[in-house]
Amino acid sequence: MINLTAASREQRIRLGLKKRHRAERQFKFYGALAIVFGLACVFLLFGDIVSKGHKAFQLTYINLEVTYDQDILGVNDPTDARQVSLGNFHGAIKAGLKNRFPEATGRKNKRELYSLVSNGAGYNLRDRLIENPVLLGKTIKIWVIADDDVDTYYKSIGESDGPFTGRTSEQKEGWLKELIKAGDIEKRFNFNFFTEGDSREPELAGIRGAAMGSFYTLIITILLAFPLGVAAAVYLEEFAPRNRWTGFIEVNINNLAAVPSIIFGLLGLAVFINFFHVPRSVPLVGGLVLTLMTLPTIIISSRAAIKSVPPSIREAAIGVGASPMQVVLHHVLPLAMPGMLTGAIIGMARALGETAPLLMIGMVAFIVDIPSGFHDPSTALPVQIFLWADSPERAFVEKTSAAIMVLLAFLIVMNTFAVVLRKRLERRW
Amino acid sequence: MKKTFKIALTGAAMALLMSSGSVLAGARDYVSVVGSSTVYPFATVVAERFGKNTGSPTPKIESTGSGGGMKLFCAGVGTAHPDVTNSSRRMKASEFEKCQGNGVTDIIEVLIGYDGIVVANSKKAKQMSLTRKDLYLALAAKIPGPDGKLITNPNKTWKDVNAELPAVKIEVIGPPPTSGTRDAFSELAMEGGAKKFEALRALRKEKKSDSIMEMMDKLGIPPSAYNKKGKKVFKAVTHALREDGVYIEAGENDNLIIQKLEANPEALGIFGFSFLDQNSDKVQGSLVEGNMPSFDNIADKSYPISRPLYFYIKKAHIGVVPGITEYAAEFSSDRAWGPEGYLADKGMISMPVELRAKYASDIKNTVPISGL
Repeated sequence: MINLTAASREQRIRLGLKKRHRAERQFKFYGALAIVFGLACVFLLFGDIVSKGHKAFQLTYINLEVTYDQDILGVNDPTDARQVSLGNFHGAIKAGLKNRFPEATGRKNKRELYSLVSNGAGYNLRDRLIENPVLLGKTIKIWVIADDDVDTYYKSIGESDGPFTGRTSEQKEGWLKELIKAGDIEKRFNFNFFTEGDSREPELAGIRGAAMGSFYTLIITILLAFPLGVAAAVYLEEFAPRNRWTGFIEVNINNLAAVPSIIFGLLGLAVFINFFHVPRSVPLVGGLVLTLMTLPTIIISSRAAIKSVPPSIREAAIGVGASPMQVVLHHVLPLAMPGMLTGAIIGMARALGETAPLLMIGMVAFIVDIPSGFHDPSTALPVQIFLWADSPERAFVEKTSAAIMVLLAFLIVMNTFAVVLRKRLERRW
Repeated sequence: MKKTFKIALTGAAMALLMSSGSVLAGARDYVSVVGSSTVYPFATVVAERFGKNTGSPTPKIESTGSGGGMKLFCAGVGTAHPDVTNSSRRMKASEFEKCQGNGVTDIIEVLIGYDGIVVANSKKAKQMSLTRKDLYLALAAKIPGPDGKLITNPNKTWKDVNAELPAVKIEVIGPPPTSGTRDAFSELAMEGGAKKFEALRALRKEKKSDSIMEMMDKLGIPPSAYNKKGKKVFKAVTHALREDGVYIEAGENDNLIIQKLEANPEALGIFGFSFLDQNSDKVQGSLVEGNMPSFDNIADKSYPISRPLYFYIKKAHIGVVPGITEYAAEFSSDRAWGPEGYLADKGMISMPVELRAKYASDIKNTVPISGL
């Protein structure tokens, strides 16, 4: 009887065990499924962005014979900067196009012909003359930037539904085919994308202005948010008495960390621009607003870092006669620094990707000139993406994706840096 | 570590110092432009050309919407306020008064051209030929029923709207109420369609409150909708679009609407003409009142859904902020806003030559508007 119960119990356990193992396997499977789903989404997103954006890193150029004709340019002294800056270099390019395709006659036809080449091509010609004044009066073969419609057309050759001819007439297509046959059109690496500011001509638009704007904004943010955040965290953790007031402050800091970022933009508009009269659209005011936004994050992570320093360190320091300030500056802060820096970098990465607060303070704007300081009007990387995504020109679709790739690259670098820093400097007690 | 901390602190102090410096400085050497997101793509081209050709700083252009731009523009005189505002409608009398009240007394008004609003569908589907009445009957929340009273829009397919149209489900993707495109569409297409109904047209014209109340009663509009003028009641009735899923709001991004049209060939989309011009391989504009949305048809007004584009200059800033007149001159040059100018390349529809001459001379002689 007893044996029987033992056996049946064992059997019951065995049966139960099987069930438990199965449940465990299922549980693991669901977890893995969640991860696979997440990864699939990420790959889909990245795949879509890269497949659209990789084209933007190339630009179509047309090989053209251009004469530095004194009469067309209106320049007779190439060393005179004023004269050169007023020169009609686009006219010289038009003349070059007319030479190449003399069959284009009539106003409409000529307009079609001239629209093969970008409006920015003349500036390239001008820069060459400034570099090399002896070119005046000479004829050179030069690769000039093609118009964005040509660029889109040339890049879409070989696609399943044929090249995009929506904005290319049959005649223009004929010219392009002639150029392709002669090998006078080719794709090159798009350096402009990294050296130029924004432009309404997609072929001339670059990310440099926005990147510099982001850079100056983040400099202000880190310079203000990090010391303030660390100071607040040190005070709250090490010196502040535990009472209702500090509890109140703590709740508020945690709340602020969860406040939507647009609210900080409104606050910035009211305080910095309307009250302190900081100019609109400059990195300074952007940095101040993002400081407000990242401060709570930095305070919270810094407090966590300080908390993780074991009390024995403090006690030992006090034991050998260190003052509270010495304890903090000599022992606690250096040990907590890696954690604080990690928090700061993650806060910065979030600030880098922020558009909403910048909307309110005028940093969502069309700015061509690359900002050279904290007082020049500028945009930021995510704002540039937003503006390009809204542009009618089709060539901006690929620019948008390329800008997203650049922003993602920055974010990945920053986050990797934070991880490495934590791994390297972290101490386990 | 202590050293880094010190450096960081000094840096922060420096940044603060610099900020106080800029607060005192206040001067601005670039033109600041705000306003309509419809004018933005045109104003930015002009600004860029102006900057590249003259070598002076490129004007800064913010896209704040017409109303937001007016608010900033009218806030006062001084370099903290913008010099120019763009608008996809004329300045309202209330805005003009607000400007006057804040010391912005002399305002130069410049009409720059027109923008068409298109109703388009995917090229995979058949091109539609609509009238404004069709659009009104398809999209308005309330339409006149058989007994003359307004009823909730029962139309499910385009055939219900007009027997000549195909029996395709009505599905229209368009901008939200915050958008200027939506305002203009409501005003030009919806009001235009509603005016085809005698009772509604009479309501629009009526000014006496008794007869308005009477008409409202006939139309079955609750008296609570009454607010003084017949025109306002008319507006409230005609501007309300359906909320039963037939009209889908797609946000302010017109590229998104085009993507959705591609994915759904049965749907129609409402957006600006320049987007149609750039995506002519994917979408086709519907004929409205028998006319294609094209440069010529919009310019000569035979295509009915188009709106004027303006910008306004603060006269007090001319001479204080460098480059304002030069920027406006570039805008009003024939190579920019002429029929073959670069703004036409970007999809703006240019004005007749007399109007161009008038506004160009207004800029040259800085002639302010006297009132609206």
